[in-house]
Amino acid sequence: MNTRSARNAQAPRRPRLAVWKFASCDGCQLSLLDCEDELLAVAEAVELAYFPEATSTVLPGPYDISLVEGSITTPHDRERIQQVRRQSKRLVTIGACATSGGIQALRNGRDVTEFARIVYARPEYIDTLATSTPIAAHVRVDHELRGCPIDKGQLLATLAALLHGRRPPLPSHSVCEACKRAGHVCVMVAHGTPCLGPVTQTGCGALCPGCARGCYGCFGPKETPNTAALSAHLAALGMDDAARRRLYQTFNAGAEAFRKAGDA
Amino acid sequence: MKRLTLDGLEALFAALRGQGFELIGPQLRDAALVLGPLEHAAELPVGWTDTAQDGGRYRLARRPDRAHFGYVVGPQSWKRYLFPPEEVLFRARRSGEGFALDPAEPPPRRAFIGVRACDLAAIQVQDRIFVHDPGYQARRAAAFIVAVNCTEAGGTCFCVSQDTGPQARGGFDLALTELCTDARHAFVAEAGSAAGAALLDALPGEAADAADLAAARDAIAHAAAHMGRRLDNAGLAEALRARLEHPHWQQVAERCLSCGNCTMVCPTCFCANVEDRASLDGDSAERVRSWDSCFNLEHSYIVGGNVRSSGAARYRQWLTHKLAHWHDQFGVSGCTGCGRCITWCPVGIDITAEAAALRAG
Ligand code: SF4
Ligand code: SF4
Ligand code: SF4
Repeated sequence: MNTRSARNAQAPRRPRLAVWKFASCDGCQLSLLDCEDELLAVAEAVELAYFPEATSTVLPGPYDISLVEGSITTPHDRERIQQVRRQSKRLVTIGACATSGGIQALRNGRDVTEFARIVYARPEYIDTLATSTPIAAHVRVDHELRGCPIDKGQLLATLAALLHGRRPPLPSHSVCEACKRAGHVCVMVAHGTPCLGPVTQTGCGALCPGCARGCYGCFGPKETPNTAALSAHLAALGMDDAARRRLYQTFNAGAEAFRKAGDA
Repeated sequence: MKRLTLDGLEALFAALRGQGFELIGPQLRDAALVLGPLEHAAELPVGWTDTAQDGGRYRLARRPDRAHFGYVVGPQSWKRYLFPPEEVLFRARRSGEGFALDPAEPPPRRAFIGVRACDLAAIQVQDRIFVHDPGYQARRAAAFIVAVNCTEAGGTCFCVSQDTGPQARGGFDLALTELCTDARHAFVAEAGSAAGAALLDALPGEAADAADLAAARDAIAHAAAHMGRRLDNAGLAEALRARLEHPHWQQVAERCLSCGNCTMVCPTCFCANVEDRASLDGDSAERVRSWDSCFNLEHSYIVGGNVRSSGAARYRQWLTHKLAHWHDQFGVSGCTGCGRCITWCPVGIDITAEAAALRAG
């Protein structure tokens, strides 16, 4: 008997993993399915107790780890997230929708009834809240995976850390540091291209600067983001107020630092 | 001293390759001069220059000639190769009731082509920092250093103030001074080690004559006379220590993004984070060290909280460590005058200007 099956024989059961969806596009859940090489290891390490995108199995709670995708946009979801929290030992939000309200948070502070009237043939069928809010606005969240979509390396590292009783490695410093570690040439300094990297949280591996594009801020604000200083620099690079608002207010429009920087 | 032609330079590259070295040198990528593997002299950024650097600004330009080393330093330094951005310190696998460590890999044998005087000084600074680090020491011992004396200075260079350049003064195996005029294109080569001398002996070329040496001296003096920045070090450490509560720290913090770029590009900054990672099944684990920054909150996290939560405190930590406390810790300044932190700060915060403003206030 090899050591692994020996340990499995001792282990009473594998930790139960549940994946929940709220207002979102499913892209972040798909990051889990996209872990092709590691998917088997994940399936061996945890019991997929609830993951409608992947399996019709539904095992009852409580769940050791819940991954929560999406934001809260309906009265029903506002209730449902409370149930999810009650059944989950560890609740990890995944993606910009769950962590900041997502791109749908652009409606916050605007007239949602009017939007529904323009978009839907039968707006009376729409039962929606005036705002799109992150999960943490409703329940206690243990860990946040940022990004639109999340980074699958961060997802796997988080699962591995939780399974081994470690704190997940989710640094909150800038994209710039990852950019420099990767050896990318700074697009802002060398090309004059606007970049949100200095105020955005790391985690993506500086994907966009690696393709000579400025960072779009999809991981949301970093710790202590000095958006005022960056905005002054963006203006010096020739960016007008409207363009600056569009830059800050996309996937993380609901994150306070980016919302304010866009509105300023 | 020997005078090499372009063919002699190519012969040097070939000889190093023949000795089993991987050559690392400057090359053009994404509109910047970065470091990477190369095999031939023609892969250098021939005819390019980057001397028009300024705070938060870097643009390449064509030179009127075919100089092979007619530029200064780019965003990367040799730190990447001696103290890599991410390094697996060890890997372990479960075996029986315990674990077994994977054997350490032998260090790569690399020849660094075109190391400038400021970066030689930076390597010597890091040699003291990593004196007890076996990985660093192994990579360092395996490296062959071909220095290049600067004959032009960049807009953010101040090696003269830091007394580190523009001429390489030791710490190299070979040092080259490029002479590129209408009349000739040659490299005056000097050996700085036994290995360098043996290699130089075997290269084709004549002994450098008095005219060559005078031309090399003049070219280096030209660089020394055209430093883009200067820093007055006299009494600076004391002045900074006396100004820890100066309002100027807050003024810098209003502009500073705490993005950490300055610390990443600095060839002497050595802070690192060590993290343990385990596979999902728990059968293997690795300990990884990666570049960290004093601009990160977590960097100064201790029991009970963060001791440098304000941007002002973090910038003050960085600048006073570089220019004051480094002397106490390592007996030298933490700044070699390479100018990278000025050029690659997205908002152009300038260590020389901030130090001068603090001293004046
Ligand atoms: S490209 Fe963007 S993320 Fe990278 S260092 Fe420059 S500003 Fe920072
Ligand atoms: S000084 Fe410049 S490079 Fe350094 S942390 Fe501040 S903004 Fe970033
Ligand atoms: S502090 Fe700035 S100028 Fe000094 S060595 Fe570091 S990067 Fe170069």
